[in-house]
Formats: sequence, C-alpha cells, structure tokens
Amino acid sequence: MNLFADAFAWLLDPVNWEGPDGIGVLLLQHLLITFGVVAIACGVGIPLGMLVGHTGRGREVVVALSGGLRALPSLGVLTLVALWLGIGVAGPAVALVVLAVPSVLAGTYSAIESVDRRTVDAARGMGMTERQIILGVETPIGLPTLIGGVRSAVLQVVATATLAAYVGAGGLGGILFLGLKTGDYTLMLAASILVIALALVLDGLFAILQRIVVPAGVRASRSGTTRGRPTRRPATTGGPAPAGSSATEGKHH
Amino acid sequence: MSWIVDNLDLIGELALVHLRLAVPPIVLAFVLSVPIGWVAWRYEWSRGVLLSVIGLIYAIPSLPLFVALPAILGTSRRSELNVIIALTLYGIALMVRSVADGFGGVDRDIRQAATGVGYSGWGRFWQVDLPLAGPVLLAGLRVVAVSTVSLVTVGAVIGVQSLGSLFTDGFQRGIQAEIWAGIIATMLLAFAIDGLLVVAGRLAMPWTRAGAAASATRTDEREEATA
Repeated sequence: MNLFADAFAWLLDPVNWEGPDGIGVLLLQHLLITFGVVAIACGVGIPLGMLVGHTGRGREVVVALSGGLRALPSLGVLTLVALWLGIGVAGPAVALVVLAVPSVLAGTYSAIESVDRRTVDAARGMGMTERQIILGVETPIGLPTLIGGVRSAVLQVVATATLAAYVGAGGLGGILFLGLKTGDYTLMLAASILVIALALVLDGLFAILQRIVVPAGVRASRSGTTRGRPTRRPATTGGPAPAGSSATEGKHH
Repeated sequence: MSWIVDNLDLIGELALVHLRLAVPPIVLAFVLSVPIGWVAWRYEWSRGVLLSVIGLIYAIPSLPLFVALPAILGTSRRSELNVIIALTLYGIALMVRSVADGFGGVDRDIRQAATGVGYSGWGRFWQVDLPLAGPVLLAGLRVVAVSTVSLVTVGAVIGVQSLGSLFTDGFQRGIQAEIWAGIIATMLLAFAIDGLLVVAGRLAMPWTRAGAAASATRTDEREEATA
C-alpha cells in the first residue's frame, strides 16, 4: 500500500499540477481529445445510425462492423495510423475516430430500431413525415440507448487516448509513459489512478444522463404492465445494453 | 508482405504466447461468472448491486489497470499474471450479465414442470436451467473471447510479450508490414477462437441448431406472456 501512498502524495502535490507539462494541462488535453473525437464520431455515427435504424437498410453491415470491431486491436490501429501520418495529434485522432464511430453507430441504430413498430405506424398514420418520425418519435424514445452508444464510445476513447500518448498525442498517458521510460513506478501508478478516476467519473455522468433522458411517457409505461414489444426482431449483436447498464460493446484499449 | 513471409516464425511464436495469455482469462471468466450471475438472477435484491458494481470494472481502462494491479496484488510488474487477472476481471464484467439474462430467460413453466417431475434444486440447475440458458451464455462467452484476444495486445506496452509486440516493435522500427501482421494475426486468432466456441456450442447443445426457428417464435411468445 506504500506504493499507493507515494502515488497519491505525488498526485496531491500542487507543484505537479502546474506548468505546461503539469497534470492540469494534460488532464485538459485528455478531455479535449476525448470530447473532440467523440463529437466527430457522433457527427458521422448518429445520422448514419438513424438512417440504418429507420429504414432497416444496411443493418447487416452495421452488425458485422460492430461485431468485427471487437477483434480489432486498438493499439495496432493507433500505431499503424501514427506511422502513416507521423507523430502528433492528427494520427491518433484519426485512429480514435475510427474506433469510436462503430459504438455510436451501433447505439443509434439499435436505439431507433428498438422503438415499437406499432408506435412508428401510429405516428405515420397521424400524418407525420419520415423525418418527423425519426426526430420526434424514434429519437426521444430511443435516447437512453443512443446515449449508451455515446457512453461506450467515450469510455473507449478515454482509455485509448491513454495509449495514444505512446505515439506522442499528449494527455494523461504522457505521465504514464514518462514513468515507464524512466522506470518510475510512482509516476505510472499516479497516472493510472488519474485515468481510472476520470473514466469512472465520465461513466457515472453518462449513467445519470441515460436515466434523465427517458421521456416521461416511456417512464410511465415501463413501470406499468403494458410493455411494448418491437415487431422487428432486435439485433443480437452490436448494440449497447439498454439504459442504465454498462455497454456491451467490445473493449479496445 | 515480404516482412510477413520472412518473419512467420516470430509471428507463430508470438501467437502461441498470445494464446497462453488469452485462454486462461476466457475460461476463468466463464467459470467464475456462472455462480455470480446465478446469484444475481436468483436473488432479486442482489441483482442491481452485483450488476452495477461488476459493470464498473468494465469502465476501467486496460493500460492503467495493467499498471495498477501489481501495486494491489504485489505481483512483479511485467508478470503475465497481471494481464491474465485484469482480463479475467473484464471477462467477468461482460459475462455476469449474460449469465443473469440467460437464467432469467428460462421459461418459468418449464422450471415448474421440472420441479413437478421430481428434480431437486441441484439437479434442475444442471439438467434444466443451465442447458436452457446455454445459448445466451454462449453468446456472452463469444463476446468475452473476442475482446480478450484483442485486449491482450495492450500488455505489449508495459513489456508483456504477445502479438501486440508487433505493434510496438513495428512502430519503433517504422515497419508498417509488421503492424499489419499484428492486426491481422490478432483478428484471425480472435475469429478462430470464436469459431471454435460456435462449434463447441453446437456439439454441446445440438438442439439449438434444429430448433433455431422454433425457439425464436417461442421466445416471442414468452416475452408476450411475461409482458
């Protein structure tokens, strides 16, 4: 436990938080990389996922993609892209987006698809356009699942951004790799504790968010006895677990 | 391509080491998850607590966990044991939910019928509950297997050899083919183990193949019934 005492002492020393290489800057960098990457992944994955979920077209591709991604080693993608694009943030950012898109895509697609087809038919019968159905009916009902996809993307990117420091991307991984190079275990452990804490905090925030966004009507019917059943069979692989649970996406970091 | 052909021996060697690191966590995660998942299913009060606590493990990034485990366990820092224990934890985090869902999916009527024809609790578990939960367990195990094989590579960063060593070595020496070889070999290994699990599942649960279509409709009816 002495090792932990040393690591916490290092973490709590204000000196280590200051300066351009301090924890403060690196933490900010880590968060910026994470949210920047996830924002891009959302920009690509959410519209595409909506389209696939609503039309049912390209479903097999999405399922295969999110299944196959589980086997894809993120360290390999990271080193490959970094070697190709050179040291810096661009390479790792591209690799991280590639790794994050399928999570968002699968989350969005299964969110839209999980909406009861009878509900969608009812909306159509009331004269809503397809666009209105997607944005006004399917998205709000499926929002917890959609956010579940974003949640697993965030976790994956936070973790893999640590690895990205290996190819010179900055962030909290920088401290870890500095410790690794100099054989300073206190530094490695302190960085690890920071990253783990950051991941747990983000996971917790998204768990809360997933609960908040459940529409009032859906919340009411869930506690009642008339639980709907989608007429289209849900995908057996790919999508993240329903609201409130940690995603079942593959772990790639 | 020529790098891959010239270094087939090295790739094969690392693939074997990779297997040595990947297989124990897959087996351990399965064996440990069945009782934990069973408890989570059987005792309603424990379900929420168990599933959320175990789910938290999954949020922990792998590299930091690999680094932190030696300090917790007192193991040596480059020991393969750290990687195996960390991956077992991730496996359990994924698998327990599948086990709880699997047992939860067993038809209540079937369970009552089994009790009615004289099964004891223990006998019913092995001969009724477990086989019927089998397909869901297998699906969970396949996810565990594939992601475990992929995660082993991260160990290379802290000096635990595996196919991931091809990434670190290839990056340092600037050999793209070496990294490609690592990615392809890791994925092939993952798909091979996945394929073996599918075959093993068919052998252990011959009824799933014959009744795939029938059981799909049965599942729908069950959902309707429990709704």
